[in-house]
Amino acid sequence: MSKDDKNKVNTTGHEWDGIEEYNNPLPRWWVWIFYATIIWGIGYTIAYPAWPLVKGATPGLLGFSTRANVQAEIERFEDMNSEVKAQLASADLTTLADNEEIYSYAIQSGRATFATFCSQCHGSGAAGAKGYPNLLDNDWIWGGDIEEIAYTIRHGIRNEDDFDARYSEMPAFGDDYLSDEEITNVVAYVRSLSGLENEQGDVTAGEVVFLDNCAACHLEDGTGDRLQGAPNLTDAIWLYGSSFQEVEHSVRVGPFGVMPAWGAEGVGLDESQINGVAAYVHQLGGGE
Amino acid sequence: MALIDKHVILEKNVTLLLIFSLLVVSVGGIVQIAPLFYLENTIEDVEGVRPYSPLELTGRNIYIREGCYVCHSQMIRPMRDEVERYGHYSLAAESMYDHPFQWGSKRTGPDLARVGGRYSDEWHVDHMMDPQSVVPESVMPKYAFLMNRVISPDSTFVEDTMATNRFVGVPYTDEQMEMAVADFWSQVDPNGNIFADADPDALLERYPGAQTRNFDGQPEVTEMDAIIAYLQVLGTMVDFSTFEPVASR
Ligand code: HEC
Ligand code: HEC
Ligand code: HEC
Repeated sequence: MSKDDKNKVNTTGHEWDGIEEYNNPLPRWWVWIFYATIIWGIGYTIAYPAWPLVKGATPGLLGFSTRANVQAEIERFEDMNSEVKAQLASADLTTLADNEEIYSYAIQSGRATFATFCSQCHGSGAAGAKGYPNLLDNDWIWGGDIEEIAYTIRHGIRNEDDFDARYSEMPAFGDDYLSDEEITNVVAYVRSLSGLENEQGDVTAGEVVFLDNCAACHLEDGTGDRLQGAPNLTDAIWLYGSSFQEVEHSVRVGPFGVMPAWGAEGVGLDESQINGVAAYVHQLGGGE
Repeated sequence: MALIDKHVILEKNVTLLLIFSLLVVSVGGIVQIAPLFYLENTIEDVEGVRPYSPLELTGRNIYIREGCYVCHSQMIRPMRDEVERYGHYSLAAESMYDHPFQWGSKRTGPDLARVGGRYSDEWHVDHMMDPQSVVPESVMPKYAFLMNRVISPDSTFVEDTMATNRFVGVPYTDEQMEMAVADFWSQVDPNGNIFADADPDALLERYPGAQTRNFDGQPEVTEMDAIIAYLQVLGTMVDFSTFEPVASR
């Protein structure tokens, strides 16, 4: 500011080496905005829940509630799909693919359900991991038609939540059932079923051990029994690994794969979600 | 001098300025925070929420020690996308015995508020040992060493932790305090292989819905058992098939 202005505006009164400080008023626009925010604040506390009273806070004129909002939002989406969801929930799965509209909804919703609830174990592409089966192939432990798949998903496998969960238990043959030598032999035999070469173990002796101890579940030819969830041992697909050590480990400890129940007894997905994800898994490649 | 000009007194005296600023800030704080402790609509009575069992509490301490909260929140917000992915939105009552709460504010990994029951114990073991073995895309670090760290109620100071929690308001009963050691063992060793006096039924009476089993599949009791026991109880205490939250809260 120039020297002439000095007469118009007061100074704060202090002075240092000839330097003084003006006491300019705040700009008008700033002051008005400041007052406006105060008025806005009062209006806001009238419109929205705010002031604490004795028992509760004032509810606000607009009746805003986060919980009511999310409930309404969820219902809005439920209503949009309610018809097709209801049809899917009660659909006959074996003929599901005939109804184009419901089927395409089933696959879409099933893909979303799979990504949310199943991918951590079965992989985002459903290719599985050691101990968690690949759902892309046509090698099924418990059954690969759509109703069997839906049952597996609804009730899960070997879990404690659902009384109807699929259940079976392979003994841990390392716990005094078989000698080390017998185990080595039967492992060699099991591996030979799918054409793997062995550096140790007597396959012929192993076959005897197999027929005595394993055939009840894996059947005499080793092709497995779905009723007991005993996998086919003659193919190249291994849930717990195919190396000599891995197969030996399976025989010694008796694998016990667990999958949670996703129906009402377990995590609580609704029937349309279960049917949807069953249809999705079924069409991935290996459905029967 | 008009009253409005008296601010000069405050501005020229540092001590006074501090005292008055503190006063102003505390009035703001009291008006905002104090009502939350008495208003009925902020204190929701929810059936099923109970204090953590000794083993779960031990797992919770490991969770905090390892900084899992840096990547995981435990707070499902009331929004449709969150509810669809994680389950019912979190209720304040569900973390009322959490000292400190684990709501978190950063999600590198998924929210864990309702992870209980969603995966098998075996999966948790596989995943903690080597997350990439089951989820190849994962950036979660390995926690395999938890399998080797053998624990007991003494080594984890579980009684002291419970006493501290009781001090800050968690309603552990005298009986629960007295039986802490037994409850620790009964939950992880229900068949009494290590602790001959294991009594899982008594544990269940004191902590309804607690899950009793060997969580990590090893004969020893390790930190892995404790943290899986904790993960498996998260979000499972309230039964949402019977509980209907009031919309006006
Ligand atoms: C906690 C890990 C886990 C999760 C999550 C999981 N599964 Fe599984 N699932 C398994 C395991 C382990 C098996 C194999 C059990 C066995 O050894 O028999 C399995 C088996 C299956 C099977 C039977 C395969 C066969 O060959 O018969 C199907 C179908 C299946 N899962 C679908 C799903 C779907 C759909 C979801 C999501 C809703 C899902 N799973 C979520 C672990 C899981
Ligand atoms: C009581 C029925 C039963 C008996 C007896 C039994 N098994 Fe099993 N076996 C199973 C079941 C069930 C599974 C699948 C477990 C799972 O999925 O977690 C299995 C899995 C296996 C596996 C793993 C397969 C893979 O894909 O990785 C091998 C190897 C195996 N059994 C070998 C044997 C041998 C060798 C014997 C005899 C010494 C035997 N089993 C006896 C039921 C049985
Ligand atoms: C660097 C960040 C990071 C840290 C630290 C971390 N996690 Fe994770 N976590 C992740 C990510 C990313 C995922 C998602 C991918 C996966 O499943 O591995 C995840 C997934 C999980 C899941 C599966 C959740 C679900 O619903 O899919 C659990 C359970 C879990 N973590 C537990 C823990 C525990 C317990 C700790 C502490 C010992 C921990 N995490 C520490 C990043 C982290």
